[in-house]
Amino acid sequence: MVHVFSRFRFRWGLGLIAGLLPLSLLVIVVFLLHAAWPAITFNGLGFLIHNSWNLGNMYADPVMVRGQEVLPRADYGVLFLVVGTLLTSLIALILAVPFGILSAIFLAEGLRGPARTLGSFLVELLAAVPSVVYGLWGYLVLIPLLGRHVYPWLEQSLGTFVPIFHGPSGSGYGLLTAGILLGFMVVPLIAASLRDALVATPSALREAGASMGASRMEIVRQILLPGQRNLIIGVTVLAFGRALGETMAVLMVSGNALNSLPKNIYDPISTMAAFIASQLDSAMQDPTGMAVHALAEIALLLMVISVLVNGAARGVLWLSGHRT
Amino acid sequence: MIPVAPVTPHRHVIHMRRRVADGVMWGATALSFALLGFVLLHILTYVFVHGYPALHLKIFTTDAQGIAGGLRNAIVGSLLLSGLALLIAVPIGVSAGVYLSEHGGGLAAKVARFLSDVLVGVPSIVLGYFGYITMVIGFGWRFSLLAGSITLAIMMLPYIARTSEMAFRAVPVALRESAYALGSPEGSVVRRILLPSARIPVLTGILMALAIALGETAPLLYTAGWSNYLWNGHFTHEGVGYLTYVIWSFIGEPYASAHQLAYAAALLITLMVLAINLSARLLLVRWRGVGR
Repeated sequence: MVHVFSRFRFRWGLGLIAGLLPLSLLVIVVFLLHAAWPAITFNGLGFLIHNSWNLGNMYADPVMVRGQEVLPRADYGVLFLVVGTLLTSLIALILAVPFGILSAIFLAEGLRGPARTLGSFLVELLAAVPSVVYGLWGYLVLIPLLGRHVYPWLEQSLGTFVPIFHGPSGSGYGLLTAGILLGFMVVPLIAASLRDALVATPSALREAGASMGASRMEIVRQILLPGQRNLIIGVTVLAFGRALGETMAVLMVSGNALNSLPKNIYDPISTMAAFIASQLDSAMQDPTGMAVHALAEIALLLMVISVLVNGAARGVLWLSGHRT
Repeated sequence: MIPVAPVTPHRHVIHMRRRVADGVMWGATALSFALLGFVLLHILTYVFVHGYPALHLKIFTTDAQGIAGGLRNAIVGSLLLSGLALLIAVPIGVSAGVYLSEHGGGLAAKVARFLSDVLVGVPSIVLGYFGYITMVIGFGWRFSLLAGSITLAIMMLPYIARTSEMAFRAVPVALRESAYALGSPEGSVVRRILLPSARIPVLTGILMALAIALGETAPLLYTAGWSNYLWNGHFTHEGVGYLTYVIWSFIGEPYASAHQLAYAAALLITLMVLAINLSARLLLVRWRGVGR
């Protein structure tokens, strides 16, 4: 009897502890919603559809608007952040997906034995480098290189017939630089997952292809890769979710634009994550606290978007029988 | 309409096309791998080349004074923040891993697993802001060690839970069955059978989570704050310095002394993260090699 009781007590205890994980997700949502509520009622839908981050007149007395105490002429609209976040992540994916797939093929099919282990290790280490070190490298290496040499050249060549590459190419801080840096940061995720899946493909599939006279690369392209379509989609969405939330690297190379949409691919931008990190100091100066509430609304928005993207990715991976 | 005879290319033309297409693809795969490898090595050598000359003994023995001095307070702060986070996250994460692996079949467990997978995807700056509004402001702890550590712990939890779940799953069912057949209650099966036989992969997961936490900046900006002084034993109400903060804030200063500190901090944090990552991998490889 005692044993039965203690067994269930142990199990219930474990279950309660395991419940802390989903609970923490719930608590985060509830507290963010609570903190953002004054801003949500004050801003309404306009928050998402115009460009204005204006704390209002700091030296005037607060006024009441829609039941909330705010500074006169305070106005919050973060369309530019949503656009900046989505565009940087999109550029990151456009670069990371082909490079990720190609290097996964190289690792799985072109190398074997210790060389494959070492190569995979190198690619996975890219994911281990801290975000702020990427930021440092981007700030000191990538920006001078791209801003002085690559972007002027892109502007002269591609810019003459592709509108978004049209100049001025600016200083190097901006959308494309942030996208490139993010691309390097998410590429290991894609490469490692696909490499594992390729290595684990049953050899019967390869043999079937080889018996038809297909070369190794033809087997990869026409048999193995189509079989991994769902995995590739799922991991790509997962990488998108990760790129959306990256903070430090973007903060250091994006140019931190305020209230403006990028006019070309070189323009300075800001993302939701980087904006939260860079604006809290000044938001705390708002005596009504509305700026801090508005930042909470950005955090909530970012969280909702990432959770949706992540949930979608997990769904696709789960359907395809992977759990990465 | 004049019927057009289908043009069939010569056999050796087809052959050449296939050869060329293959060659181009192999070249593209090798090039993209080479690019990734080059970027990694470039980052590492850049950090090393700039950080090594900046590493004086003084860095380890003095605290930061404004934008000069050393990094002792930041090194200690980084280790304290991650260490305390580990102390909070490991018991919870490993227990959750046991539950998910042993009783993970039911609907509740499936939902819990899905949600903890989603928790991995919550951006770390959002966790930082959550920590700010709840602990720093709500509990009135101000920028502090505990607020920073708890925020890091929330970030580490799903990683540890996931890796330990996988580790426990890999333990053969027969081992559990023999223990239950001998009359062991579940608690001692977990403690005496599961934990010992899965300890290396569980430890690997914990080390990986530690490496992630050490390299994080965003969740700490508004929970741990910053301090020029060595930790004085307070868990709340006192800001803590940490290495990643030095990198991001000092590199933007226009002074050489600040840049030197940022380079040194970047080298230190990169070395720590790589060393932990590497030892976790070696541990796992050796354990697999020895065989279970």
